[in-house]
Amino acid sequence: MSGREPLIALVGNPNCGKTALFNLLTGSRQKIANYAGVTVERKEGRLVTPSGRRVRLLDLPGAYSLNPRTPDEAITCDFILGRLHDEAPPDLVVAVVDATNLNRQLRLVLALKRVGHPVVVALNMTDLARRRGVEVAPSALAEALGVPVLATVGVRRGGADTLVAWLDIHFAARSHDSEPAVLPVEGGADIESTAMDQREVERILAAVGRLEPPVDTPSDRIDAVVLHPVFGPLILCGTLFLMFQAVFAGARPFMDALTTAVSLLAGVINAAMAPSLLRSLLVDGVLAGAGSVLVFLPQIVLLFAFILVLEDSGYLPRAAFLLDRLMGVVGLSGRSFIPLLSSFACAVPGIMATRTIPNPRDRLVTILIAPLMTCSARLPIYALLIAAFIPDRSIGFGIGLQGLVLFVLYVAGVVSAFLAALLLQWWNGRSTLHPLQMELPAYHWPSLRNLRIGLWQRVVVFVGRVGTTILALMIVLWFLSSIPAAPPGYPGPAIEWSFAGRIGALLAHLFAPIGFNWQISIALVPGMAAREVAVGALGTVYSLSATGQDVAGALTPIVAHAWSLPTALALLAWYVYAPQCLSTLAVIRRETGSWRYPLLVTAVMFLAAYIAAGLTYHVALALGGAG
Amino acid sequence: MEPSPTDRLPSAMTLNELPLKWEGRIRALSARSERGGRDLPERLAELGFLPGERVRVLARAVFGDPIAVRTGSGTFALRRFEAACITVEPLPNTRGDLP
Repeated sequence: MSGREPLIALVGNPNCGKTALFNLLTGSRQKIANYAGVTVERKEGRLVTPSGRRVRLLDLPGAYSLNPRTPDEAITCDFILGRLHDEAPPDLVVAVVDATNLNRQLRLVLALKRVGHPVVVALNMTDLARRRGVEVAPSALAEALGVPVLATVGVRRGGADTLVAWLDIHFAARSHDSEPAVLPVEGGADIESTAMDQREVERILAAVGRLEPPVDTPSDRIDAVVLHPVFGPLILCGTLFLMFQAVFAGARPFMDALTTAVSLLAGVINAAMAPSLLRSLLVDGVLAGAGSVLVFLPQIVLLFAFILVLEDSGYLPRAAFLLDRLMGVVGLSGRSFIPLLSSFACAVPGIMATRTIPNPRDRLVTILIAPLMTCSARLPIYALLIAAFIPDRSIGFGIGLQGLVLFVLYVAGVVSAFLAALLLQWWNGRSTLHPLQMELPAYHWPSLRNLRIGLWQRVVVFVGRVGTTILALMIVLWFLSSIPAAPPGYPGPAIEWSFAGRIGALLAHLFAPIGFNWQISIALVPGMAAREVAVGALGTVYSLSATGQDVAGALTPIVAHAWSLPTALALLAWYVYAPQCLSTLAVIRRETGSWRYPLLVTAVMFLAAYIAAGLTYHVALALGGAG
Repeated sequence: MEPSPTDRLPSAMTLNELPLKWEGRIRALSARSERGGRDLPERLAELGFLPGERVRVLARAVFGDPIAVRTGSGTFALRRFEAACITVEPLPNTRGDLP
């Protein structure tokens, strides 16, 4: 046997639990959720069997057949059919099937058997199948299918032990095997061959004595309400509105606690150290800068909690169903909904998720408008400005004004995205209606373990960014804002004399017409890297401008005091559009394979940001909002 | 005794015409137009819309499009023109007592 580690590929229908199984086998923490198309690229991991054998494991996007209809399915089919020439075929294919839905899923197993790779079936979700009374014995299924079948539960610790034990024996026994032969199988199955496979599946299911699954499941009864033409849209609006209210109201106590902690820390440092450059770096650069961003952690966590619960419950494809017609008005389909909703968290995974869109034109339009969705990096800026300028009062029915304004900002992003899609349709030609063919998976209760892992990952990412990128940028900004030192006797704040102050004064010429002062102008520059950096930058700039004021963690009152309402509103409008995120531009470049689109997005969005901010500023001024 | 409601339904219709919550059995798949691509019936077959399968329309969105269709192997959202590729035979007395 060669020293090469054997390669196993996980293949199966969308949403049958491949990634959950992959995570269980490799100890990875790849994202899982309850809808088709969560995994859109191949992921590799390593598994060590009890006897110490190392095995490479490949998680592939789900596919209904070996005849791909979307870019993510093509990844799987090309790999399985050996169309990637620089790629060794897998030594073993683990066909993952959802035990509650054998009727459809076994057809793919038959197709995989025909390709010629050694196949073993992981009969997944056996716990659910037992609960629904559609359990089958793995041994009986193995006999009828002619391949080994092992029961697994991807979401339970130890749920893949039988599979791992089997792999150990399998690879020990076949160490002298030659390379598996792959038959050239072409896709494009006709109805008759699909029907033949289906008859074979029915023969197998009859042989193992499986009962017909119930026709009227609890999910069907939920769908009768959730997909209702009147109640459905009402439930959808209510859910989204509740989400934004909760992000504001629910996070408040935690935010206040973090703000207090950062201020206390600054107070301790101020008391313990003599005034010096180092003290200024710690208090004005680190605490006022990075600390100002950190305090928004609770809101980000709460937003993600909502998104994760929605993803895990199976509700998202239903929302896509309800919005399909509305999205058709701007030439998109419900298929674009999940990528766009994911962009509320972050445009990067949102743009990746467009791989599940079969039509290339729809996919491109979705990629181009995804950055207009309000991502979580905008939340710190919105939250800062709303807390500073919008009174915290109720407008009745338990609806807070601050949450309402936040909701309006999100709506502004969505409406802009729709207008952009309309423009693109006009520019790029109208598309015809494409097939939808979107699976609505059975509902299930969100898994607390999944939620905990997902939230923890977001906390690590956010705190990691604050601790690295944002902290580094803040230290650079602090230096630029502190040197050269102002001559003794300079009347204004020392920062005006510094490099940053001079750059800001120059930029202010450009931004004064839309109501931005020089402090904002400076903050926009490091904010090019990522949107939330601007909040940190404002913290540092104001901390260095203020004389004797304690900024750390308490940017809100300072901003409320220093800016007029039109300026604040203009900055909010700016951030609805401004393309200030290098990662997003990079992922657009990767997914479209061209620099043309990221450049287009940058130019158009900056222009839109400038115009929107300018309009907002002057309208607010005219309405007498000058503070 | 009331006449069975299926008396008023034709013996074959397309899936988009099947009344809400009625069960039907798929008879055939055929491309009605170039819309959605020539291979649309094959695609639908791969999802489990095969002759002999029982189907039920769970819901129609506002303006009647798309529709949510329950099959033995899952629930799928289809556009009306996709459902029009599927000929079904309404099954008697199968109107579910869904809310």
